[in-house]
Amino acid sequence: MEFKIERVAELARLNLKPEEKEKLEKDLGAILDYVHKLSVLDTTGVEPTSHVLNMENVFRKDEARPSNAAEKALEHAPQADGRFFKVPKIVQRD
Amino acid sequence: MTALHQLTLKEAIVVAKTDGRRPILDAFAKRAAELNPKINAFLRFDSKQAVIPAEAGIQEVDPRLKHSGMTRVESLHGVPVSIKDNICIDGREVTCASKILAKHVPPYDATVITKLKTAGATLFGQCNMDEFAFGSSCETSAFGPCRNPWDLERVPGGSSGGSAASVASDMTLAALGSDTGGSIRQPAALCGVVGVKPTYGRVSRYGLIAFGSSFDQIGPITKTVEDSAILLNILCGHDPKDSTSSPANVPDFTQALKRDVKGLRIGLPKEYFIEGIDPEVEKNVRSAAETYKKLGAEIKTISLSHTEHSVAVYYIVAVAEASSNLGRFDGVEYGLRVPSKDLREMYFETRDQGFGQEAKRRILLGTFVLSAGYYEAYYLKGQKVRTLIRQDFEKAFKEVDVILSPTSPTPAFKIGEKVADPIAMYLSDIFTIPANLAGIPAMSLPCGFTSGGLPIGLQLMARPFDEPTMLRAAYAFEQETGIYKKKPAL
Repeated sequence: MEFKIERVAELARLNLKPEEKEKLEKDLGAILDYVHKLSVLDTTGVEPTSHVLNMENVFRKDEARPSNAAEKALEHAPQADGRFFKVPKIVQRD
Repeated sequence: MTALHQLTLKEAIVVAKTDGRRPILDAFAKRAAELNPKINAFLRFDSKQAVIPAEAGIQEVDPRLKHSGMTRVESLHGVPVSIKDNICIDGREVTCASKILAKHVPPYDATVITKLKTAGATLFGQCNMDEFAFGSSCETSAFGPCRNPWDLERVPGGSSGGSAASVASDMTLAALGSDTGGSIRQPAALCGVVGVKPTYGRVSRYGLIAFGSSFDQIGPITKTVEDSAILLNILCGHDPKDSTSSPANVPDFTQALKRDVKGLRIGLPKEYFIEGIDPEVEKNVRSAAETYKKLGAEIKTISLSHTEHSVAVYYIVAVAEASSNLGRFDGVEYGLRVPSKDLREMYFETRDQGFGQEAKRRILLGTFVLSAGYYEAYYLKGQKVRTLIRQDFEKAFKEVDVILSPTSPTPAFKIGEKVADPIAMYLSDIFTIPANLAGIPAMSLPCGFTSGGLPIGLQLMARPFDEPTMLRAAYAFEQETGIYKKKPAL
């Protein structure tokens, strides 16, 4: 199966180097052909498994606890400004 | 007298209790300094052991851990345990063997690390791995491949290749790995050591950098079955910080270690003895089944009919989860950032330069199977076949107590041999993936050697939360055969 790599890379927010594109496209096409063999199985009426434990709605109390997580997290930011992560400009003017 | 680095974890605890931990720590620091340049099992190791729990004052038990088996911990008395480099240790660099996380220092401990510290372990090496645990050979590490201690031209397996190689080469007493599709068991098999993937939910994933959240489990890689049981006693238990960790009662796993398999029903799945399996692997695994028979177990041929589809299901569902989990690496909050003119370009460039080939391949594949128009044909279909594979096991475990198979279809392969062909690489996990799809416990232990001297692993699988029966079967075989005593010549 043909794998339209440009579009998927766009969705994945991923630039690809020109020299890797062709090989990845070929690999991914082959992998899709391989996984496509699942279509021989009849799965009518089979429930999908998203999780093996069958636990749902695990609740805990919404209690405030002392934490310095924000400070510690900002220590490792590539760029921070006061209490914020700093990023490049989001909207460019034409 | 046995050299200190040759001790088992169990033996080392006894020595450390009487002589203190220092002689043992020095022995491993010396051993690692000498061997790691050849093997590259550790990305970093603490040669001075500057952070020793008692000295650093980390003695306080988190009160929330008291309900999770912590009260029955066997103290480790400072002996060195090494950690796969996708598990967070407060204040120490963690990389997932990826450039995108190079120099990242997490500000908190994973729950398994808190538990090890509380039990008095010295956190020694941080182990090499496939980038983000994507691989079966440790060759996708951004920091160079790890090598197999039995043959330095061969891979140690993956993704926890550094963990398995460091234990096999006596550079550490034991190590933690993580297993999403075989990443503890396959390298354990290829390196001739014991590796346990617990039931999904047994061990908290808090602080494990996520790959496939509905598959990932942390587990021990050790020299003996008993050593794994000792570590499982420390690692297992419900954690309020991981809502997918199970509230199930945690037994004392060391109590399960009895040399008694009389009447145990062991299943040999016919789909696991297929064409393409190495003849020496098959011979050794079948002869292990004979050993069990001799010990009084009942051997039955069973069928797990959807086995051949496991790899396809895994490379849809696990990869979908991975692409989603890796969405967070965007250069904003931590890790690599490639400066760019605007935010959008920063995402694209950071991810291009930060991720290696296999990570990109899986991100693209996962993004594709989740994308509009393809979700039902791939992702949903994969989840449905996952149900069929679970049902295979449920049916099989009505007839048998334990399932026995090869861990890997081949012994360790040559470095570079499978790099160009992703599907060939993915198929090296064909016998380990089903246990992750079903969430059941599984382990690998050494069962022999090829004529060329490479280790062969035996896999045992059991019902959910029935690690005790699995460990008992493993212990009986190990004690009967004594294969674990053989060491690589280094």
